[in-house]
Formats: sequence, structure tokens, C-alpha cells
Amino acid sequence: MTGWRATCSQSNLKTRAELYAQVRAFFFARDVLEVETPLLSVASATDPQLESISALVRTNMGATTEKFYLHTSPEFPMKRLLASGSGAIYQICKTFRNGESGRKHNPEFTMLEWYRPGFSLADLMQELELLMSQILEPISAERLSYRDAFLRYVQLDPFEIPDEQLALKAKALAAYDGPDMCRDDYLNLILSICIEPYLGIGRACFLYEYPPSQASLAQVSLSVTGHLVAQRFELYIQGMELANGYYELTDAQEQARRFEQDNCERQNLNLPTVPPDKHLLAAMQSGLPACAGLALGLDRVLMLKTGASSIDEVLSFPIAKA
Amino acid sequence: MASYSTSDLRSGLKVMLDGDPCAVVANELVKPGKGQAFSRTKLRNLRSGRIWERTFKSNESVEGADVMEYDMEYLYTDGEFWHFMMTDGSFEQHAADETAVGESIKWLKEQEVYVVTLFNGAPLSIDPPNFIELEVTETDPGLKGDTAQGGTKPATFTTGATVNVPLFVNIGEVLRIDTRTGEYVSRAKS
Repeated sequence: MTGWRATCSQSNLKTRAELYAQVRAFFFARDVLEVETPLLSVASATDPQLESISALVRTNMGATTEKFYLHTSPEFPMKRLLASGSGAIYQICKTFRNGESGRKHNPEFTMLEWYRPGFSLADLMQELELLMSQILEPISAERLSYRDAFLRYVQLDPFEIPDEQLALKAKALAAYDGPDMCRDDYLNLILSICIEPYLGIGRACFLYEYPPSQASLAQVSLSVTGHLVAQRFELYIQGMELANGYYELTDAQEQARRFEQDNCERQNLNLPTVPPDKHLLAAMQSGLPACAGLALGLDRVLMLKTGASSIDEVLSFPIAKA
Repeated sequence: MASYSTSDLRSGLKVMLDGDPCAVVANELVKPGKGQAFSRTKLRNLRSGRIWERTFKSNESVEGADVMEYDMEYLYTDGEFWHFMMTDGSFEQHAADETAVGESIKWLKEQEVYVVTLFNGAPLSIDPPNFIELEVTETDPGLKGDTAQGGTKPATFTTGATVNVPLFVNIGEVLRIDTRTGEYVSRAKS
């Protein structure tokens, strides 16, 4: 029986420890405060594409249990810290997403998340570039808009193409013959199958200016081409999605509207609705400082650092052995 | 047949796709941080042998295919069908048509055991063993003394297969052939 053994080599364990030390030194030098927030929360992400893991918790020795969720990202409590006046903060923590298992996924994974009051999205991209240059090797990332990526790799304009044409094209490009999906799902299908594998090959790539329907918790503004775009970016290296950044939405009313919209969509998809975070909404009402923030998947960074082809090689015990 | 969730497709599972039985070769979760999850799947069409790439929505349902592999001994051909018999002691016989026999026809030798894939109870394909020993029926006369030097010549076997063999080989000799590459391996040990 060797099933109890770690799937990760001793040298990869060390690389993880070194990575955390590098990250902490990077932020210490920049006066960004390391924080810790609860993994359990009574509220959770409403995004229909994320499934939280829930736990029944007794908050005292009584018999009553309450439903808590393991967070899918530490975003909400970190924004509450920002609104409480924390200034720039970062956190390295475990994050949980039910059902996500594969070569680049584990239902429990490690995220580095940080927030920079006063930063623009461009400032944050630059800081991420510096961090990645210290961790991996010096990178000078290409800035590629979502629209240009689609024009370059599949010759279609994601902002202009009519729904029906998009569906036909996506089905042909990705060899998809399943049930009909919404516009964003088809865009994601094309991005995942026909574009992502080419992003960041040879040179790291920031994909930015997402369609406003994919803004999530980012602000929306007008692009130079006159399209409404989400102030959001993702970093790709060697075809791997590593980080997701926002110029953060600070408008509590708009945030409440997006939570509600997510829950409506959940009902349409026959998914359980999720309690939106009232504390976050109250914090935003009280005043979330203008800031940019991002989440970076550290296990995937380790895959790049060690040349691992599967996430299991950088995890001590992946879910199948947990 | 049972059906499977596309998220559970593992290498080796047999499923129905566009009316054809397929074997799953690989299946990968494709899931952007924000966005719908998909299964990127590679399948081998068991009828045509072709590799298909398909994308499924996670948790779509696909029907399982009634496909089983058995060891069977090749008996004879009546010109239209090739007859095989189960080696499990049941003596059950199955007749494979030309499509099922396909390329394997040149490796069919009586009393040899083959892997016969049955789809809904009928032979779908025949796979020969990796190595097979066959008798040479036709080749140029052997060159004495030439045992190791390069050169080859074509030789035809009892089954009709033609393989390049070393120059020293004579008619009537039994040779070991790799059926995957169609290459000569050695003289059969007698």
C-alpha cells in the first residue's frame, strides 16, 4: 500500500514553501498588509457558474445548526476590511469550488488575493507582471483585448455577432452538439476551446475588456472602440488561466442588482439560490474605497514553476487522496 | 444500457455518439474561473476507428454502448463471413462480416485467438494478437551466409499478408511478425 503517500515530490513541496516566502517578501516590501478572513460564511458567491460547498455549523454547544458556506474566494470579507479602512491588503488562503476536478482543477485550491486602493486596472496589471517576473522569469505581457482575441483567433466580433450566428459558429468551432446555451456560454465555449490554448504561448498575455455581461464584480465603462466593457482582466501563461482582476465595483445598488440577477439565473437553471452577502452590501453603502483587486491561483503558478502537467503533482494530497 | 454524465467519462468507457459506439480516449474539464464548465472529450469511433473530438456541457447525459470484448478462436471463412468461437468453454460461435474483419484479414490464422469486439451481440471489430507466427508461402530463394547484413525482400504468408523479411529467409519457414507495425521480428522458435 502506497496510496497514503503524497502525490507531490519533496522538491515541489519546497517550491511551494519558497513561493509563499517570495510572495510575502514582495508584499512586505510594498507595504501591503497580510490578512486572514473566515473560510466559513453564511453568505456566498451568487455566480451561477460557481458551486459552494456548505457545512452545518453549531456556533455554540446548543442543538441548532446553521448553514455556512466555504468561500469560493475571500473577496467579500476582504472588501469589508477595505471599507473598514484596512488599506492595501493581501491573503493566501484555501478556496473551495464544488465539482471542479481535473488536470488544472481541484475542488480545494490555494489562492492569492490582493486589493490596492487607488490603483487603476493598468497599475494592478503592472504589479502582477512584477510579481510574476520575480516568481517565474521576467515577463513582459502582451495586452490583448477580448475583442481582438476573438478577431485574431476565430475571426468574429464578440460584441457585434448576432446570437444565432454565434451559436452556429461556436458549435462548429468547438464540436459542440449539446443543449442550447446563452450568449455568454457560447462565448466562453469558444474562448475555452479555440482561444485559451494559444494565449500566453511564448509571451504572457493579459486578456482584458470583457463583455459587460461577464463583469461579475467589476465596473463597466466605454472602450476606445465604443463598446461597453467590463473593467476586468485575466492573465494567461502557456495557455493557462492564472489570475482574474477587476477594477472593483463600489456601487452598492448595482452590486445588489447583480446578486439578484445571479439568483434569478440560478432559478432559471434549477440551481439553489444563494444568500447574497448583506454585510458586503452594507460595507459598500458605507463606502468601499476605489480600488483594483485580483485573485491568482497559486497551484497553477506552481505548475508553471515546476513544469508539472497536472495539478496533482503540486498538491500534497489531491481530492482523490484527501 | 446505463447512461453516463459527461463529467464522469473516463478513458475506456464505451458510449453511443451519433448512432455509433465509441470508446472514450480522454476527457478533460474545461472551466474558466468565471463561466460554464465543459468536458473536452476525445473518443474513438469503434466502427470506423477514427478519433473524434467533442465538447460537452458538464453533466450532459450520454448513453452507454453495449460493447464487450472477448477472446475468440478463429475457425474458418465461408467466403462471406469469418467464423469465431468463444474460448470460455461455451463453444458459442460468432460470424464477422468483411467490415468487422477489416484490415485484420491478413492476420487471420486458424486456431489463433483474437480479440472480438461485440456490439449489441454482433462482431464489430477483430483485433489480432500483437505478435503472430506465420509460414512463408512465397519469397525469392534465401541467400546463404547472409544472416545479419541489412537487405530485405518481400515474403508472402499463408494468410496472404506480405512483409519485408531478411534475405536469408526461405519458403516454408515460420516467422514471428508484429501485427501492429506489420514488421518481421524473428524466426519462430521451434
